[in-house]
Amino acid sequence: MLETRNLSRRVGPRLLVQEINIQVSAGEILAVVGPSGAGKSSFLRLLNRLDEPTAGTVLLKSTDYHSIVPRELRRRVGMVMQTAFLFPGTVAANISFGPRQRREAMASARITALLERVGLSGFADRDVGHLSGGEAQRVAVARTLANDPEVLLLDEPTSALDESSVRGVEELVQGVVRERRVACVIVTHNREQAARLADRTMVLKAGRMVRIGATGEVLHDA
Amino acid sequence: MMPELHVSIGRDVMMGLAQAVAAIVLCAAVVALCRWQAVRVEREAAISMARGLVQMVFVGMVLAVLLHGSLMVGSLILLAMMVAAAFTASRRLRGMSGALLLCFWAIAAGAGTVIAAMLATRSLQADIAILVPVGSMIIANAMNACAQAAERFRAEILAHVGQIEAGLSLGAEPAVTVAPYLQSAVYASLLPRLDMLKSLGLVWIPGVMAGMMVSGASPVYAAIYQFVIVAMILAASGITGLVATVLMRSRVFSSAAQLVLRPTEVSTSS
Ligand SMILES: Nc1ncnc2c1ncn2[C@@H]1O[C@H](COP(=O)(O)OP(=O)(O)OP(=O)(O)O)[C@@H](O)[C@H]1O
Ligand SMILES: [Mg+2]
Repeated sequence: MLETRNLSRRVGPRLLVQEINIQVSAGEILAVVGPSGAGKSSFLRLLNRLDEPTAGTVLLKSTDYHSIVPRELRRRVGMVMQTAFLFPGTVAANISFGPRQRREAMASARITALLERVGLSGFADRDVGHLSGGEAQRVAVARTLANDPEVLLLDEPTSALDESSVRGVEELVQGVVRERRVACVIVTHNREQAARLADRTMVLKAGRMVRIGATGEVLHDA
Repeated sequence: MMPELHVSIGRDVMMGLAQAVAAIVLCAAVVALCRWQAVRVEREAAISMARGLVQMVFVGMVLAVLLHGSLMVGSLILLAMMVAAAFTASRRLRGMSGALLLCFWAIAAGAGTVIAAMLATRSLQADIAILVPVGSMIIANAMNACAQAAERFRAEILAHVGQIEAGLSLGAEPAVTVAPYLQSAVYASLLPRLDMLKSLGLVWIPGVMAGMMVSGASPVYAAIYQFVIVAMILAASGITGLVATVLMRSRVFSSAAQLVLRPTEVSTSS
Protein backbone atom coordinates (compact mmCIF):
# COMPACT_ATOMS: atom_id res chain seq x y z
CA MET A 1 0.00 0.00 0.00
CA LEU A 2 2.63 2.53 1.16
CA GLU A 3 6.30 2.25 0.31
CA THR A 4 9.22 4.63 0.79
CA ARG A 5 12.32 4.63 -1.43
CA ASN A 6 15.47 6.20 0.00
CA LEU A 7 13.21 8.82 1.51
CA SER A 8 15.37 11.71 2.79
CA ARG A 9 15.06 15.31 3.84
CA ARG A 10 17.87 17.75 4.40
CA VAL A 11 17.43 21.33 5.68
CA GLY A 12 20.62 23.30 5.15
CA PRO A 13 23.41 21.11 6.53
CA ARG A 14 21.04 19.06 8.73
CA LEU A 15 19.92 15.63 7.65
CA LEU A 16 16.51 15.25 9.31
CA VAL A 17 15.57 12.00 7.54
CA GLN A 18 18.08 9.74 5.83
CA GLU A 19 17.39 7.13 3.18
CA ILE A 20 14.45 5.33 4.69
CA ASN A 21 13.03 2.27 2.94
CA ILE A 22 9.89 0.72 4.40
CA GLN A 23 6.65 -0.86 3.29
CA VAL A 24 3.33 -0.81 5.10
CA SER A 25 0.46 -3.00 3.94
CA ALA A 26 -3.28 -2.56 4.18
CA GLY A 27 -4.61 -3.31 7.65
CA GLU A 28 -1.15 -3.08 9.21
CA ILE A 29 0.02 -0.73 11.96
CA LEU A 30 3.67 0.35 11.95
CA ALA A 31 4.97 2.20 15.00
CA VAL A 32 7.82 4.70 14.72
CA VAL A 33 9.77 5.12 17.95
CA GLY A 34 12.99 6.87 18.86
CA PRO A 35 14.41 9.59 21.08
CA SER A 36 13.18 13.17 20.92
CA GLY A 37 14.62 14.93 17.88
CA ALA A 38 15.24 11.66 16.05
CA GLY A 39 13.21 12.85 13.07
CA LYS A 40 9.98 10.92 13.68
CA SER A 41 7.68 13.87 12.91
CA SER A 42 9.89 14.95 10.02
CA PHE A 43 9.57 11.45 8.54
CA LEU A 44 5.79 11.36 8.95
CA ARG A 45 5.39 14.78 7.31
CA LEU A 46 7.13 13.46 4.22
CA LEU A 47 4.57 10.68 3.86
CA ASN A 48 1.68 13.03 2.99
CA ARG A 49 4.07 15.52 1.38
CA LEU A 50 3.49 18.25 3.94
CA ASP A 51 7.25 18.67 3.55
CA GLU A 52 9.17 17.99 0.36
CA PRO A 53 11.70 15.13 0.29
CA THR A 54 15.13 16.32 -0.82
CA ALA A 55 15.83 12.81 -2.13
CA GLY A 56 13.89 9.60 -2.62
CA THR A 57 10.14 9.26 -2.89
CA VAL A 58 7.00 7.55 -1.64
CA LEU A 59 4.92 5.07 -3.59
CA LEU A 60 1.19 4.86 -2.96
CA LYS A 61 -0.20 1.65 -4.43
CA SER A 62 2.97 1.53 -6.57
CA THR A 63 2.46 5.07 -7.95
CA ASP A 64 5.12 7.71 -7.27
CA TYR A 65 3.36 10.31 -5.15
CA HIS A 66 4.94 13.17 -7.08
CA SER A 67 2.58 12.31 -9.89
CA ILE A 68 -0.50 12.61 -7.65
CA VAL A 69 -2.07 16.06 -7.18
CA PRO A 70 -1.23 17.10 -3.56
CA ARG A 71 -4.90 17.61 -2.62
CA GLU A 72 -5.85 14.15 -3.84
CA LEU A 73 -2.75 12.63 -2.22
CA ARG A 74 -3.68 14.14 1.13
CA ARG A 75 -7.23 12.91 0.88
CA ARG A 76 -5.87 9.40 0.39
CA VAL A 77 -3.12 9.73 3.01
CA GLY A 78 -4.84 11.16 6.09
CA MET A 79 -2.93 12.66 9.01
CA VAL A 80 -3.82 13.28 12.66
CA MET A 81 -1.42 15.41 14.67
CA GLN A 82 -0.46 15.63 18.30
CA THR A 83 -3.07 18.31 18.95
CA ALA A 84 -6.42 18.25 17.18
CA PHE A 85 -6.26 21.75 15.60
CA LEU A 86 -10.00 21.80 15.00
CA PHE A 87 -11.50 24.63 12.98
CA PRO A 88 -13.74 27.07 14.86
CA GLY A 89 -17.38 26.01 14.51
CA THR A 90 -19.37 22.88 15.13
CA VAL A 91 -18.20 19.29 15.31
CA ALA A 92 -20.27 18.48 12.20
CA ALA A 93 -18.65 21.30 10.22
CA ASN A 94 -15.22 19.93 11.13
CA ILE A 95 -16.17 16.43 10.05
CA SER A 96 -17.55 17.50 6.68
CA PHE A 97 -14.56 19.77 5.99
CA GLY A 98 -12.69 17.26 3.81
CA PRO A 99 -15.60 16.28 1.54
CA ARG A 100 -16.58 19.96 1.27
CA GLN A 101 -13.20 20.72 -0.29
CA ARG A 102 -14.23 18.48 -3.17
CA ARG A 103 -17.68 20.09 -3.35
CA GLU A 104 -19.21 16.91 -1.91
CA ALA A 105 -22.04 17.30 0.55
CA MET A 106 -21.84 14.88 3.46
CA ALA A 107 -25.15 13.30 4.41
CA SER A 108 -26.00 13.93 8.04
CA ALA A 109 -26.56 10.18 8.44
CA ARG A 110 -22.90 9.65 7.57
CA ILE A 111 -21.82 12.28 10.08
CA THR A 112 -23.96 10.62 12.72
CA ALA A 113 -22.53 7.20 11.92
CA LEU A 114 -18.94 8.50 12.05
CA LEU A 115 -19.55 10.22 15.38
CA GLU A 116 -21.03 7.05 16.73
CA ARG A 117 -17.97 5.13 15.52
CA VAL A 118 -15.62 7.44 17.45
CA GLY A 119 -17.85 7.36 20.53
CA LEU A 120 -19.26 10.86 20.26
CA SER A 121 -22.93 10.26 19.50
CA GLY A 122 -24.96 13.44 19.76
CA PHE A 123 -21.97 15.75 19.44
CA ALA A 124 -22.73 16.94 15.88
CA ASP A 125 -24.00 20.41 16.78
CA ARG A 126 -21.62 21.09 19.64
CA ASP A 127 -19.15 23.93 19.36
CA VAL A 128 -15.58 22.62 19.25
CA GLY A 129 -14.56 25.22 21.80
CA HIS A 130 -16.22 23.22 24.57
CA LEU A 131 -14.67 19.82 23.90
CA SER A 132 -12.21 18.05 26.18
CA GLY A 133 -8.81 17.08 24.81
CA GLY A 134 -9.85 13.47 24.29
CA GLU A 135 -13.08 14.44 22.56
CA ALA A 136 -11.28 16.91 20.31
CA GLN A 137 -8.78 14.23 19.29
CA ARG A 138 -11.63 11.85 18.45
CA VAL A 139 -13.18 14.56 16.28
CA ALA A 140 -9.80 14.95 14.56
CA VAL A 141 -9.74 11.22 13.83
CA ALA A 142 -13.34 11.28 12.58
CA ARG A 143 -12.59 14.33 10.42
CA THR A 144 -9.74 12.45 8.77
CA LEU A 145 -11.84 9.28 8.31
CA ALA A 146 -14.54 11.31 6.56
CA ASN A 147 -12.11 11.49 3.62
CA ASP A 148 -12.02 7.66 3.35
CA PRO A 149 -8.21 7.58 3.47
CA GLU A 150 -6.19 4.54 2.38
CA VAL A 151 -3.33 5.44 4.70
CA LEU A 152 -3.60 6.87 8.21
CA LEU A 153 -0.69 8.81 9.72
CA LEU A 154 -0.72 9.57 13.44
CA ASP A 155 1.86 11.78 15.17
CA GLU A 156 1.78 11.09 18.91
CA PRO A 157 -2.03 11.22 18.85
CA THR A 158 -2.40 10.56 22.58
CA SER A 159 0.57 12.39 24.10
CA ALA A 160 -1.55 15.44 24.93
CA LEU A 161 -4.33 13.34 26.50
CA ASP A 162 -4.89 12.22 30.05
CA GLU A 163 -4.60 8.54 30.96
CA SER A 164 -8.33 7.82 30.74
CA SER A 165 -8.69 9.09 27.14
CA VAL A 166 -5.62 7.32 25.81
CA ARG A 167 -7.06 3.80 25.67
CA GLY A 168 -10.23 5.04 24.00
CA VAL A 169 -8.33 6.69 21.15
CA GLU A 170 -6.06 3.64 20.82
CA GLU A 171 -9.01 1.27 20.53
CA LEU A 172 -10.61 3.59 18.01
CA VAL A 173 -7.46 3.59 15.84
CA GLN A 174 -7.01 -0.14 16.11
CA GLY A 175 -10.65 -0.84 15.25
CA VAL A 176 -10.70 1.52 12.30
CA VAL A 177 -7.47 0.15 10.82
CA ARG A 178 -8.80 -3.42 10.94
CA GLU A 179 -12.29 -2.57 9.67
CA ARG A 180 -11.27 -0.30 6.84
CA ARG A 181 -8.01 -2.06 6.10
CA VAL A 182 -6.02 1.15 5.96
CA ALA A 183 -2.24 1.19 6.27
CA CYS A 184 -1.32 3.00 9.48
CA VAL A 185 1.92 4.65 10.62
CA ILE A 186 1.89 5.87 14.21
CA VAL A 187 4.66 7.91 15.84
CA THR A 188 4.88 7.35 19.57
CA HIS A 189 7.43 7.86 22.31
CA ASN A 190 5.52 5.40 24.44
CA ARG A 191 6.81 1.83 24.19
CA GLU A 192 3.76 0.34 25.86
CA GLN A 193 1.59 2.04 23.27
CA ALA A 194 3.69 0.59 20.46
CA ALA A 195 3.39 -2.83 22.09
CA ARG A 196 -0.40 -2.49 22.40
CA LEU A 197 -1.04 -1.28 18.85
CA ALA A 198 1.66 -2.04 16.37
CA ASP A 199 2.30 -5.13 14.26
CA ARG A 200 5.78 -3.90 13.44
CA THR A 201 7.97 -1.21 14.92
CA MET A 202 10.80 0.83 13.45
CA VAL A 203 13.40 2.66 15.50
CA LEU A 204 14.71 6.02 14.27
CA LYS A 205 17.93 7.61 15.54
CA ALA A 206 19.34 10.84 14.12
CA GLY A 207 17.17 10.50 11.04
CA ARG A 208 18.29 6.95 10.30
CA MET A 209 16.28 3.76 10.63
CA VAL A 210 18.35 1.60 12.97
CA ARG A 211 15.92 -1.27 13.39
CA ILE A 212 12.63 -2.58 12.00
CA GLY A 213 10.77 -5.77 12.80
CA ALA A 214 7.96 -7.38 14.74
CA THR A 215 7.07 -5.09 17.65
CA GLY A 216 7.72 -7.74 20.31
CA GLU A 217 11.24 -8.47 19.09
CA VAL A 218 12.25 -4.85 18.48
CA LEU A 219 11.08 -3.67 21.88
CA HIS A 220 12.54 -6.72 23.63
CA ASP A 221 16.02 -6.12 22.18
CA ALA A 222 16.07 -2.36 22.63
CA MET B 1 12.42 79.58 -11.49
CA MET B 2 15.22 80.79 -9.30
CA PRO B 3 13.51 84.02 -8.20
CA GLU B 4 10.55 81.95 -7.14
CA LEU B 5 12.82 79.83 -4.95
CA HIS B 6 14.35 82.96 -3.43
CA VAL B 7 11.01 84.42 -2.54
CA SER B 8 10.04 81.32 -0.65
CA ILE B 9 13.25 81.29 1.40
CA GLY B 10 12.29 84.38 3.26
CA ARG B 11 11.07 85.43 6.65
CA ASP B 12 8.35 82.79 6.63
CA VAL B 13 10.97 80.06 6.32
CA MET B 14 12.75 81.36 9.40
CA MET B 15 9.45 81.41 11.24
CA GLY B 16 8.72 77.86 10.05
CA LEU B 17 12.04 76.63 11.37
CA ALA B 18 11.33 78.26 14.73
CA GLN B 19 7.99 76.44 14.84
CA ALA B 20 9.73 73.19 13.93
CA VAL B 21 12.14 73.67 16.84
CA ALA B 22 9.20 74.22 19.19
CA ALA B 23 7.54 71.02 17.88
CA ILE B 24 10.75 69.06 18.41
CA VAL B 25 11.05 70.34 21.98
CA LEU B 26 7.52 69.23 22.72
CA CYS B 27 8.13 65.79 21.23
CA ALA B 28 11.34 65.48 23.23
CA ALA B 29 9.33 66.14 26.37
CA VAL B 30 6.89 63.38 25.42
CA VAL B 31 9.78 61.02 24.72
CA ALA B 32 11.15 61.82 28.17
CA LEU B 33 7.73 61.08 29.62
CA CYS B 34 7.70 57.72 27.83
CA ARG B 35 11.14 56.95 29.19
CA TRP B 36 9.84 57.55 32.69
CA GLN B 37 7.50 54.59 32.08
CA ALA B 38 10.38 52.59 30.58
CA VAL B 39 9.01 52.98 27.05
CA ARG B 40 12.19 53.67 25.09
CA VAL B 41 11.61 55.51 21.86
CA GLU B 42 14.35 58.17 22.07
CA ARG B 43 16.52 56.82 19.27
CA GLU B 44 13.66 55.98 16.96
CA ALA B 45 11.93 59.30 17.63
CA ALA B 46 15.11 61.33 17.06
CA ILE B 47 15.84 59.59 13.78
CA SER B 48 12.22 59.84 12.61
CA MET B 49 12.01 63.54 13.42
CA ALA B 50 15.32 64.38 11.77
CA ARG B 51 14.32 62.47 8.67
CA GLY B 52 10.84 63.96 8.58
CA LEU B 53 12.14 67.53 8.83
CA VAL B 54 14.90 67.14 6.24
CA GLN B 55 12.54 65.38 3.81
CA MET B 56 9.83 68.03 4.15
CA VAL B 57 12.31 70.89 3.66
CA PHE B 58 13.52 69.11 0.54
CA VAL B 59 9.97 68.58 -0.73
CA GLY B 60 9.18 72.23 -0.10
CA MET B 61 12.16 73.27 -2.17
CA VAL B 62 11.27 70.91 -5.00
CA LEU B 63 7.68 72.14 -4.98
CA ALA B 64 8.84 75.74 -5.02
CA VAL B 65 10.74 75.00 -8.20
CA LEU B 66 8.10 72.82 -9.86
CA LEU B 67 4.97 74.47 -8.56
CA HIS B 68 3.29 74.62 -11.90
CA GLY B 69 5.05 71.80 -13.76
CA SER B 70 3.40 69.32 -16.12
CA LEU B 71 1.35 66.21 -15.31
CA MET B 72 4.40 64.20 -16.41
CA VAL B 73 6.55 65.71 -13.67
CA GLY B 74 3.78 65.20 -11.10
CA SER B 75 3.44 61.55 -12.07
CA LEU B 76 7.18 61.02 -11.73
CA ILE B 77 7.12 62.55 -8.25
CA LEU B 78 4.25 60.26 -7.24
CA LEU B 79 6.05 57.25 -8.69
CA ALA B 80 9.14 58.08 -6.64
CA MET B 81 6.92 58.39 -3.58
CA MET B 82 5.44 54.96 -4.23
CA VAL B 83 8.93 53.45 -4.43
CA ALA B 84 9.87 55.10 -1.14
CA ALA B 85 6.60 53.87 0.39
CA ALA B 86 7.35 50.32 -0.80
CA PHE B 87 10.76 50.46 0.89
CA THR B 88 9.18 51.57 4.16
CA ALA B 89 6.37 49.02 4.09
CA SER B 90 8.63 46.13 3.10
CA ARG B 91 10.74 46.64 6.20
CA ARG B 92 7.88 45.04 8.14
CA LEU B 93 8.35 41.90 6.07
CA ARG B 94 12.06 41.49 6.66
CA GLY B 95 13.26 38.01 5.82
CA MET B 96 10.68 37.43 3.12
CA SER B 97 12.19 37.33 -0.35
CA GLY B 98 10.67 39.71 -2.87
CA ALA B 99 8.99 41.81 -0.16
CA LEU B 100 9.99 45.12 -1.76
CA LEU B 101 8.46 44.28 -5.10
CA LEU B 102 5.38 42.84 -3.45
CA CYS B 103 4.82 46.07 -1.50
CA PHE B 104 5.46 48.18 -4.58
CA TRP B 105 2.85 46.34 -6.64
CA ALA B 106 0.32 46.51 -3.83
CA ILE B 107 0.82 50.25 -3.25
CA ALA B 108 0.93 51.03 -6.96
CA ALA B 109 -2.24 49.01 -7.55
CA GLY B 110 -4.12 50.80 -4.76
CA ALA B 111 -2.82 54.37 -4.94
CA GLY B 112 -2.14 54.31 -8.68
CA THR B 113 -5.62 53.13 -9.63
CA VAL B 114 -7.34 55.60 -7.38
CA ILE B 115 -5.23 58.59 -8.41
CA ALA B 116 -5.68 57.71 -12.09
CA ALA B 117 -9.44 57.40 -11.58
CA MET B 118 -9.57 60.77 -9.84
CA LEU B 119 -7.59 62.40 -12.63
CA ALA B 120 -9.80 60.80 -15.28
CA THR B 121 -13.00 62.04 -13.62
CA ARG B 122 -11.43 65.45 -13.02
CA SER B 123 -11.97 65.19 -9.28
CA LEU B 124 -8.23 65.78 -9.04
CA GLN B 125 -6.38 68.49 -10.95
CA ALA B 126 -3.18 67.67 -12.79
CA ASP B 127 -1.63 70.80 -11.28
CA ILE B 128 1.36 69.70 -9.20
CA ALA B 129 0.43 71.98 -6.34
CA ILE B 130 -2.69 69.85 -5.81
CA LEU B 131 -1.78 66.52 -7.39
CA VAL B 132 1.30 65.94 -5.26
CA PRO B 133 -0.10 66.71 -1.79
CA VAL B 134 -3.37 64.83 -2.43
CA GLY B 135 -1.54 61.97 -4.14
CA SER B 136 0.92 61.74 -1.28
CA MET B 137 -1.92 61.43 1.25
CA ILE B 138 -3.32 58.53 -0.72
CA ILE B 139 0.09 56.89 -1.13
CA ALA B 140 0.96 57.31 2.55
CA ASN B 141 -2.27 55.61 3.57
CA ALA B 142 -1.78 52.84 1.02
CA MET B 143 1.69 52.30 2.47
CA ASN B 144 0.26 52.07 5.94
CA ALA B 145 -2.43 49.63 4.85
CA CYS B 146 0.15 47.53 3.01
CA ALA B 147 2.45 47.30 6.03
CA GLN B 148 -0.39 46.55 8.42
CA ALA B 149 -2.09 43.95 6.23
CA ALA B 150 1.17 42.17 5.40
CA GLU B 151 2.45 42.15 8.96
CA ARG B 152 -0.85 40.97 10.37
CA PHE B 153 -1.24 38.29 7.71
CA ARG B 154 2.21 36.91 8.43
CA ALA B 155 1.64 36.96 12.19
CA GLU B 156 -1.72 35.18 11.81
CA ILE B 157 -0.20 32.50 9.60
CA LEU B 158 2.65 31.89 12.04
CA ALA B 159 0.18 31.70 14.91
CA HIS B 160 -1.99 29.16 13.07
CA VAL B 161 0.48 26.81 11.42
CA GLY B 162 -1.27 23.83 13.03
CA GLN B 163 -4.73 24.75 11.70
CA ILE B 164 -3.37 25.54 8.25
CA GLU B 165 -1.51 22.24 8.01
CA ALA B 166 -4.53 20.39 9.37
CA GLY B 167 -6.52 21.92 6.50
CA LEU B 168 -3.88 21.00 3.93
CA SER B 169 -3.78 17.48 5.37
CA LEU B 170 -7.51 17.16 4.73
CA GLY B 171 -7.02 18.07 1.07
CA ALA B 172 -7.90 21.77 1.21
CA GLU B 173 -6.65 24.30 -1.32
CA PRO B 174 -3.94 26.49 0.26
CA ALA B 175 -6.07 29.61 -0.28
CA VAL B 176 -8.91 28.03 1.71
CA THR B 177 -6.68 27.28 4.69
CA VAL B 178 -5.57 30.91 5.09
CA ALA B 179 -8.83 32.62 4.08
CA PRO B 180 -9.81 33.64 7.64
CA TYR B 181 -6.38 35.17 8.23
CA LEU B 182 -6.43 37.05 4.94
CA GLN B 183 -9.82 38.49 5.84
CA SER B 184 -8.81 39.61 9.29
CA ALA B 185 -5.55 41.11 7.98
CA VAL B 186 -7.27 43.20 5.33
CA TYR B 187 -9.99 44.23 7.75
CA ALA B 188 -7.46 45.26 10.38
CA SER B 189 -5.56 47.32 7.83
CA LEU B 190 -8.75 49.18 6.91
CA LEU B 191 -9.80 50.01 10.47
CA PRO B 192 -7.70 53.18 10.83
CA ARG B 193 -9.13 54.44 7.53
CA LEU B 194 -12.69 53.64 8.59
CA ASP B 195 -12.07 55.52 11.83
CA MET B 196 -10.77 58.43 9.79
CA LEU B 197 -14.02 58.58 7.81
CA LYS B 198 -16.11 58.36 10.97
CA SER B 199 -14.23 61.13 12.70
CA LEU B 200 -14.11 63.37 9.64
CA GLY B 201 -15.23 66.85 10.69
CA LEU B 202 -15.65 65.85 14.33
CA VAL B 203 -12.09 65.38 15.47
CA TRP B 204 -10.27 65.86 12.24
CA ILE B 205 -10.35 68.30 9.32
CA PRO B 206 -7.73 67.55 6.68
CA GLY B 207 -5.27 70.33 5.91
CA VAL B 208 -6.07 70.56 2.22
CA MET B 209 -9.44 72.07 3.13
CA ALA B 210 -7.86 75.12 4.72
CA GLY B 211 -5.71 75.59 1.63
CA MET B 212 -8.76 75.42 -0.63
CA MET B 213 -10.65 78.01 1.38
CA VAL B 214 -7.63 80.31 1.42
CA SER B 215 -7.49 80.08 -2.36
CA GLY B 216 -11.15 81.06 -2.65
CA ALA B 217 -13.24 77.86 -2.79
CA SER B 218 -16.57 77.82 -0.98
CA PRO B 219 -16.39 76.15 2.45
CA VAL B 220 -19.16 73.69 1.57
CA TYR B 221 -17.43 72.58 -1.60
CA ALA B 222 -14.09 72.36 0.24
CA ALA B 223 -15.71 70.20 2.92
CA ILE B 224 -17.34 67.82 0.45
CA TYR B 225 -14.07 67.54 -1.44
CA GLN B 226 -12.34 66.50 1.78
CA PHE B 227 -14.82 63.69 2.12
CA VAL B 228 -14.07 62.60 -1.44
CA ILE B 229 -10.36 62.46 -0.69
CA VAL B 230 -10.79 60.43 2.48
CA ALA B 231 -13.16 58.04 0.72
CA MET B 232 -10.57 57.61 -2.03
CA ILE B 233 -7.97 56.95 0.65
CA LEU B 234 -10.16 54.14 1.96
CA ALA B 235 -10.57 52.71 -1.54
CA ALA B 236 -6.83 52.83 -2.23
CA SER B 237 -6.06 51.19 1.11
CA GLY B 238 -8.56 48.42 0.46
CA ILE B 239 -7.07 47.58 -2.93
CA THR B 240 -3.55 47.74 -1.51
CA GLY B 241 -4.35 45.47 1.46
CA LEU B 242 -6.05 42.93 -0.80
CA VAL B 243 -3.29 42.88 -3.40
CA ALA B 244 -0.57 42.67 -0.72
CA THR B 245 -2.16 39.71 1.05
CA VAL B 246 -3.09 37.86 -2.13
CA LEU B 247 0.47 38.22 -3.44
CA MET B 248 1.80 37.09 -0.08
CA ARG B 249 -0.50 34.10 -0.04
CA SER B 250 1.03 32.79 -3.24
CA ARG B 251 4.52 33.05 -1.70
CA VAL B 252 3.88 31.33 1.62
CA PHE B 253 2.96 28.07 -0.14
CA SER B 254 5.11 25.96 -2.44
CA SER B 255 3.81 24.67 -5.75
CA ALA B 256 3.09 21.34 -4.02
CA ALA B 257 0.75 23.06 -1.51
CA GLN B 258 3.24 23.01 1.35
CA LEU B 259 3.32 25.83 3.88
CA VAL B 260 6.84 27.20 3.56
CA LEU B 261 6.53 30.15 5.93
CA ARG B 262 7.38 28.63 9.30
CA PRO B 263 8.41 30.07 12.65
CA THR B 264 11.93 28.59 12.33
CA GLU B 265 12.43 30.30 9.02
CA VAL B 266 11.69 33.67 10.56
CA SER B 267 14.07 33.19 13.45
CA THR B 268 16.94 32.13 11.21
CA SER B 269 16.51 34.87 8.65
CA SER B 270 15.68 37.94 10.68
N1 LIG C 1 12.39 22.88 9.26
C1 LIG C 1 13.41 22.49 10.04
N2 LIG C 1 14.62 23.06 9.90
C2 LIG C 1 15.67 22.67 10.64
N3 LIG C 1 15.61 21.73 11.56
C3 LIG C 1 14.44 21.12 11.75
C4 LIG C 1 13.27 21.47 11.01
N4 LIG C 1 12.26 20.69 11.44
C5 LIG C 1 12.76 19.91 12.40
N5 LIG C 1 14.06 20.16 12.60
C6 LIG C 1 14.98 19.47 13.52
O1 LIG C 1 15.03 18.13 13.12
C7 LIG C 1 15.15 17.27 14.23
C8 LIG C 1 14.07 16.23 14.19
O2 LIG C 1 12.83 16.85 14.48
P1 LIG C 1 11.49 16.02 14.62
O3 LIG C 1 10.43 16.97 15.03
O4 LIG C 1 11.27 15.26 13.38
O5 LIG C 1 11.86 15.04 15.80
P2 LIG C 1 10.92 14.03 16.58
O6 LIG C 1 11.59 12.71 16.49
O7 LIG C 1 9.53 14.13 16.08
O8 LIG C 1 11.04 14.57 18.05
P3 LIG C 1 9.92 14.59 19.21
O9 LIG C 1 9.89 13.22 19.80
O10 LIG C 1 10.47 15.58 20.19
O11 LIG C 1 8.64 15.01 18.60
C9 LIG C 1 15.09 18.17 15.47
O12 LIG C 1 16.38 18.36 15.93
C10 LIG C 1 14.49 19.46 14.95
O13 LIG C 1 14.97 20.54 15.68
MG1 LIG D 1 7.66 14.82 16.90
